[in-house]
Amino acid sequence: MYEHDVIVVGAGGAGLRAAIEAHEEGADVALVTKLHPVRSHTGAAEGGINAALHEKDSWDLHAYDTMKGSDYLGDAPAIDAFAKEARHEVIQLEHWGMPFSREEDGTVSQRPFGGLSHPRTTYAGAETGHHLLHTMYEQVVKRGIEVYDEWFVTRLAVTDESNPSDRTCHGCVAYEIATGELSGFYARDGVILATGGLGQAFDHTTNAIACTGDGQAMAYRAGAPMEDMEFVQFHPTTLPSTGVLISEGVRGEGGILYNDNEERLMYEYGYANNDGELASRDVVSRAELTEVNEGRGIEDEYVHLDMRHLGEERIIDRLENILHLAEDFEGVDGLDEPMPVKPGQHYQMGGTEVDEYGHSCVDGLYAVGECACYSLHGANRLGGNALPELLVFGARAGRHAAGAVEEEPEIPTGPGAKSDDWDEESPAELGAVDATDPIAADGGAVATPQEVLEQAVETERERVETLMERDGINHADVRAKVQKTMTENVNVFREESNLKQALKDIREAREEYQNVAVADPSRTYNTDLIHTIETRNVIDVAEAIALGALARKEFRGAHWRKQYQERRDDEYLKHTLYAWNGGNPELYYKPVILEGHEEKYEPKVRSY
Amino acid sequence: MSTKIEEKPETETEADEQTSPGEQRRELKRERAAEREQQIQEELSEAEETVGIKVFRFDPEVADKEEPRFDSFTVPFFRGMSVLDALVYARDTYDSSLTFRHSCRQAVCGSDALFINGRQRLACKTQVSDLEWPIRIEPLPHQDVVKDLVVDMEHFYEQMHAVEPFFDPDETPDGELEEQRQTPENREKVKLSTRCIWCGACMSSCNIAAGDNEYLGPAAINKAYRFAMDEREGEDRKQERLRIVEQEHGVWRCQTQFSCTEVCPKDIPLTEHIQELKREAVKSNLKFW
Repeated sequence: MYEHDVIVVGAGGAGLRAAIEAHEEGADVALVTKLHPVRSHTGAAEGGINAALHEKDSWDLHAYDTMKGSDYLGDAPAIDAFAKEARHEVIQLEHWGMPFSREEDGTVSQRPFGGLSHPRTTYAGAETGHHLLHTMYEQVVKRGIEVYDEWFVTRLAVTDESNPSDRTCHGCVAYEIATGELSGFYARDGVILATGGLGQAFDHTTNAIACTGDGQAMAYRAGAPMEDMEFVQFHPTTLPSTGVLISEGVRGEGGILYNDNEERLMYEYGYANNDGELASRDVVSRAELTEVNEGRGIEDEYVHLDMRHLGEERIIDRLENILHLAEDFEGVDGLDEPMPVKPGQHYQMGGTEVDEYGHSCVDGLYAVGECACYSLHGANRLGGNALPELLVFGARAGRHAAGAVEEEPEIPTGPGAKSDDWDEESPAELGAVDATDPIAADGGAVATPQEVLEQAVETERERVETLMERDGINHADVRAKVQKTMTENVNVFREESNLKQALKDIREAREEYQNVAVADPSRTYNTDLIHTIETRNVIDVAEAIALGALARKEFRGAHWRKQYQERRDDEYLKHTLYAWNGGNPELYYKPVILEGHEEKYEPKVRSY
Repeated sequence: MSTKIEEKPETETEADEQTSPGEQRRELKRERAAEREQQIQEELSEAEETVGIKVFRFDPEVADKEEPRFDSFTVPFFRGMSVLDALVYARDTYDSSLTFRHSCRQAVCGSDALFINGRQRLACKTQVSDLEWPIRIEPLPHQDVVKDLVVDMEHFYEQMHAVEPFFDPDETPDGELEEQRQTPENREKVKLSTRCIWCGACMSSCNIAAGDNEYLGPAAINKAYRFAMDEREGEDRKQERLRIVEQEHGVWRCQTQFSCTEVCPKDIPLTEHIQELKREAVKSNLKFW
């Protein structure tokens, strides 16, 4: 068994930032990651980091833009803290050596981005995430923080009181990929989940193969609900053949979208008469798909993103990486021709329900970064807001877990926050197929942390042995089924019949999952086993997305419903929660908090 | 004993009426295998072209893989197919134990540097159509093979860590929201060096690293370059950095064969950076004479 004060699971931007902060506060902290830190998907972020640094800009404008972008589903305490602290975090990153793009006077450059009232996106070329990830990993190396790389965390060690808010997280169970060793990691002060996105629930995504919703699913099974999962961001500019991301920075620098008639679609068809290409991502994605659906798409699939008029010098200076991506992954020279783009799954707004310190209702269990929901992004995330989120909330959770925060959170979590129940019938059965998945330990609060951990390790040992020893089907078939139905039925445009179909398909996949087995008999680097375990996580998060989408009968942010074309503040100014509830999942709601530090945010019509 | 023997037929009768979960699973597996076989045949016959890949296999603890061997797979070819796509197809279709690292699929995570048709390349950004077929795929040379295409990266990471790979300025501005200044020219100077994705292709291609296990190698020296050339760090720190790369197993080992520069998937001029550090080291040594 391994033992530390704070265990951070996942070593992308949020995990690294959390580990650095906990270390600075004196905690003995360790990072446990199924990859190596520099392989994390933060490295693929391109566009930039929003922070109100300019003297004419201010944090409250950034907060306002973020709230508007969220379509009034963000919680003000999270948004205000975010906009205030992002400034310090960006400057600190610069002090840590981040190679930001610069102005002639040597200050950090800032460019316009979608949905922002001021150019406040700092960047390092079109590879900002890569530099952020490496800069922070360097700081982890500098501090000698322990990293367990290629250790896959499969389960949280949580006590089993009936009310999740009474439970405590004492650590986690991890599987060393190289050797097949399964070990308990005892966390004296807390476990911080920073496991990233869940794009593998879809088959056209900008996300890495490793983005399988592990943290969300683990926390969910341990009692911390998933929040606002129906809000999935589809990025408007991904390469059609691979889903590789073409940064919003291209449009920020002046790139233009054209349909098959070579019309500037954003203005020609009135999708965003003020902001055009720089409207919020959900708006642009819907515009592109509407063009395709109305027969003005190119090859009935995509539209063109043209940046040629920016000139070679500016493109190479600020967007060089885009030229490489378009060439390597689509065979297109962006200096000579427009780039084909279409919407692709990109970012999950929802995640594990936490407060503005990243703390879930389970004591000692935190979540930060894309796997978490504070909620900052609400119904739609603005471009350039994910990277500062990693920094601000990574730091907040690290500080809290190390015991250095005295303030009480304003955002309530757990069953106590519930305002109303969802009172309809699901079209398919939900949750556990059978009762073989207990929470953690027997004996509830009387069990010692070590016993809780040992029990969790034992449960995982049995799970691994069962998967390894039995005969059965390949998980890849099950995962493909989920990806296919999610992409067909829970996409940018959502209809009731499709959502119901998705839930039925997901149920079928879950039942089939009962029959999966690992064909590779080896304990050495068994990726068959890793992927098989991940697939159960994919099923859990897909179910939460599809059910949340079916239940929410309105059009808000990224969530578009054919039959409900209005935002319905009277009914739905509330967060969706999805709780595991011992295998009989429960969907319920809690109110949005619009009361900010300075003033109350008033929901307005969201137009760009 | 006799009781058990007598009971056995009953169990079997029961199983016939109501098959056990294990048998159901095995039955499903057989069905799936048949379906899959049919699907593969359809995919292969529908594909206008198929491509053959020959993949290195080794697993120290699996009986028939203890001796390294090559397995051949036939994969339907499509326009834009990468070597990684071909590997994923082979794994998900034919053999789920086929093992390789991969994650981002877009040449930034650095997980899938492999030895493809005799050259270090990233599988995700290497187009199948650019290669001679059948494609031969091996793990990176000069590193210990863990299993199939996975090599032990530990030594590579140790060398990266050996150059004190973290920014270390003398001081930072006092103002809470004040950045250090850096000229666009200086940022340009270090820009290419900051693109390294730690894939290990350069180290694997380097004859010197192959012969001298303590040689820092191109990636680590490039990392040192990234900081030594950054004007935000102080002069003393730069001298310390030069001392690290000047050591016995540092820059002077490089024989400028350019193999690292040739294979770098991010087009970093590694050899030039090593040469420049040699010149800087000479300059700084002259100063102390």
